[in-house]
Amino acid sequence: MSSTWQEAIVERVGHITPRIVSIVLKAPLLTTPVAGQHVDVRLTAPDGYEAQRSYSIASAPEADGIELIIEKLDDGEVSPFFHDVVEPGDTIELRGPLGGHFIWRPDEGGPLLLMGGGSGIAPLMAMVRQWRVSSATTPLLLIYSARTWEELAFGDELLALQAQAPNFMFVAATTRGAARRKDDLERRIDAASVAAILTRWDYEPESVYVCGSNRFVEAGTTALLDAGVPATLIRTERYGGAA
Amino acid sequence: MATRGFTGRRPSAALAKRLPPGQYLEEDFPVLSKGPSPRIDLATWRFTLGEGPRPLASWNWQEFQALPRTVWQGDIHCVTKWTKFDTTWEGVSIDDLFAAAGITPPTPYLLAISHDDYDTNVPVADLLGGRAMVATRFDGQPLEAQHGGPARLLVPHLYFWKSAKWLKGLRFTARDEAGFWELRGYHMYGDPWRQQRFSDDP
Repeated sequence: MSSTWQEAIVERVGHITPRIVSIVLKAPLLTTPVAGQHVDVRLTAPDGYEAQRSYSIASAPEADGIELIIEKLDDGEVSPFFHDVVEPGDTIELRGPLGGHFIWRPDEGGPLLLMGGGSGIAPLMAMVRQWRVSSATTPLLLIYSARTWEELAFGDELLALQAQAPNFMFVAATTRGAARRKDDLERRIDAASVAAILTRWDYEPESVYVCGSNRFVEAGTTALLDAGVPATLIRTERYGGAA
Repeated sequence: MATRGFTGRRPSAALAKRLPPGQYLEEDFPVLSKGPSPRIDLATWRFTLGEGPRPLASWNWQEFQALPRTVWQGDIHCVTKWTKFDTTWEGVSIDDLFAAAGITPPTPYLLAISHDDYDTNVPVADLLGGRAMVATRFDGQPLEAQHGGPARLLVPHLYFWKSAKWLKGLRFTARDEAGFWELRGYHMYGDPWRQQRFSDDP
């Protein structure tokens, strides 16, 4: 894997939900990523102090810029910089693309089931966009959970895609806010709701990707296993602790 | 090159000395895994030492619990950048495990093998001399499934992906064979103090 640090120029900064900022970077030397991969970001203070973090790439692999989405952690060291300080034209360092497990290529096929919570949508969004760009015919189901509809990143893009792509099914699960559509959930994802969604989808998943906080991924994978999805099909990417 | 507007939050000098390069201090205990936490029944749990396909010794849960116990306290370092200080683990040291099996290591390398088909390579020398254990307790409690319970490898001087969760055995190998992450671009050895994160890191 490429571990060479390189400079990237911030092209766009957009607050896409109350807690998530989207950063689009121009990194001309970056190799074309595979959907699901991440980059390491390195920030350097004037005295040479450095902080590194990993962020998943949300843009499609062939997209013009690299899109990262960053959730604001109030006591965080790095996320407040991306929310409150960074501006178009700034330079940051990154390396990658990295990661060889939580990735999807169109030739891997499906049916494909993606389950994301909060900012865990990022690598799944890269897969959704890759799927669309590659005109994949494989059925794709996305179950995406956030506290409220406003906190779903890319909500409008996903609704538009569902309207035009018959093979794409998008179910939103809002845990603290009202559902907008009749088949969305107004609670946490559990085994019964997963089983009901899979019945409605009418496909057996061949590849399953679950990404979010550890608590979300534990609950989501438990629900999938209880609904009869084999553990060997499920790949996870988690952040945060067990508490 | 300084990043415009970034100041950062430095740990104290005393703490900074304990942080390997590129790492930050984490108070929580993050969980990472390649898939769902496997569902493991202690009634059928077995731990096996093997050489290639040949078993050398094996213990069920009760037998494993009866082996000599070791406590280790110290810092752990994950390749995803977090470091956690002053963790307390209890389990069976690899020295005691090999002694109980009545073996001397037949090869200089092994693969740690997990219930979820995960594996990772570690030189045998890195597991001896009190530097590694099969841990079954963390912070005085049985090791939670999310953190690799009932039993995980603990090799705290290497990045924590080497400390395989849900461990079911150690398999000696003639050569240094890459495991799950090592086949996917991660470093064969993984020393946090030398920042050996990826295969092309020195």
